[in-house]
Amino acid sequence: MNRNRRHVLFFVSAAVLFALLAWGMHDLPPFGHYRGPYGDLVNSATVYERHITDAITAVNFDFRGFDTLGEESILFMSVIGVGTLLRRQTKERKKDDAGESDELETRRAPDPSDAVKVITLGLVGPLVVYGLYIVTHGQVTPGGGFQGGVILATAPLLVYLAGDLKTFKHITSHSLVELGEAAGIFGFVAIGLLGLALGGQFLRNVLPLGEAGSIFSGGTVPLLNLATALAVAGGFISAIYAFLEQTVEMRMEGEE
Amino acid sequence: MSIFPYLVAAWLFLVGLYGIISSRNFVHITMCLAVVQSSTYVLLLAIGYKVGGVAPIFADVPVGTPAVDPVVQALMLTDIVVEATVVALLLALAVQIQKAAGTVDPDRLLELQG
Amino acid sequence: MLIMQVAILAFVAVTGTAVVLTRDPTNQVIGLSFYGLILALMFFIYQAPDVALSQIVIGAVALPLMFMLGLSKIRRNEQQREELKSKQKQEKAA
Repeated sequence: MNRNRRHVLFFVSAAVLFALLAWGMHDLPPFGHYRGPYGDLVNSATVYERHITDAITAVNFDFRGFDTLGEESILFMSVIGVGTLLRRQTKERKKDDAGESDELETRRAPDPSDAVKVITLGLVGPLVVYGLYIVTHGQVTPGGGFQGGVILATAPLLVYLAGDLKTFKHITSHSLVELGEAAGIFGFVAIGLLGLALGGQFLRNVLPLGEAGSIFSGGTVPLLNLATALAVAGGFISAIYAFLEQTVEMRMEGEE
Repeated sequence: MSIFPYLVAAWLFLVGLYGIISSRNFVHITMCLAVVQSSTYVLLLAIGYKVGGVAPIFADVPVGTPAVDPVVQALMLTDIVVEATVVALLLALAVQIQKAAGTVDPDRLLELQG
Repeated sequence: MLIMQVAILAFVAVTGTAVVLTRDPTNQVIGLSFYGLILALMFFIYQAPDVALSQIVIGAVALPLMFMLGLSKIRRNEQQREELKSKQKQEKAA
């Protein structure tokens, strides 16, 4: 069907859907008067039962840890998909080997200025420290494996922005990145199996719960935070590198 | 007023859907998908909110203070990270379509068969 | 507090509409980054700091980055195709 008919059909059905949604929303609890018992139960139980002060991390890695394993596997599979789709096909590799690199003269990017280099390279260290801080303090303050992992994954990009392409390629194509990602997922499952072996249930919290408010509280939760951070950071670096790969090749050929 | 957040969620959903069906570029479609996903965040947030509640972090407030629901926030947190990787997958698909068919226009793809 | 909540919700709705109605992908990426920031502000006002942290890092940094990379690859593929076509035309004319 052509565009106009498609638009008309959409507007009619969208109006019907909006009316149905508005009618259904009248039966939801009025905004601000949360009714359900589950949230209040979790809020009152996290500190006393699990010694974790951040209720969201407790829900993610302790009370509903199995869901987090499912989400991480989605992440893992998407990264595999990106790497597979963007791999260099054999005909592209043959073209580059034959020397027919079709890079225009004007596409070579200028070298960044000294100020940019100083600032970006100077920020790499603090960014990695900040990412690790967010990962390890996930059970005390807002943070955790997911946020910290993404922060860690943006650290190599600062190297790319500074124009240091050789170091960037060396960092991101290192096999440790893929190894780290796989180790993250494997670590999550291994801790779950440890819970199965020692406590009788998968992902049961079997390590000693520390004191609420310190870093080593919550039993298995700090370890799960680290495993998740590894998996997420490795996954994002692999995905971004798959996108950047051919750009980096072209620029390096232009410089040499 | 009490159903205003839910209406905003429904509006974002429909606007994103309109963007998807009326788009001429695969990358534009992917960004409209991000808008549709954000409508679910608004809905979940509105369900869990409690008037006068604080954030569910008990590092400096005593345990009994009324706090908002942490379960829906935990759902949203993992969802945001997974959304980014799914968007990366869709972008990789768009790049491959461009290489194979020469266009990123979904309407023109039906003509370029074979 | 109530005024801020209503205002930020209205702002989110308007910004989302603006993101969808921008047709050129390069312009839309900037709008998406701004939308991510406004969403993070909304999460913060609704007492969800964990989610706001996640949204800032992903929605304002990682997502626009991947979009820009994808767009630059698509643009380079288009340029290569056009070069190939013009080369073929020159060979035919000659």
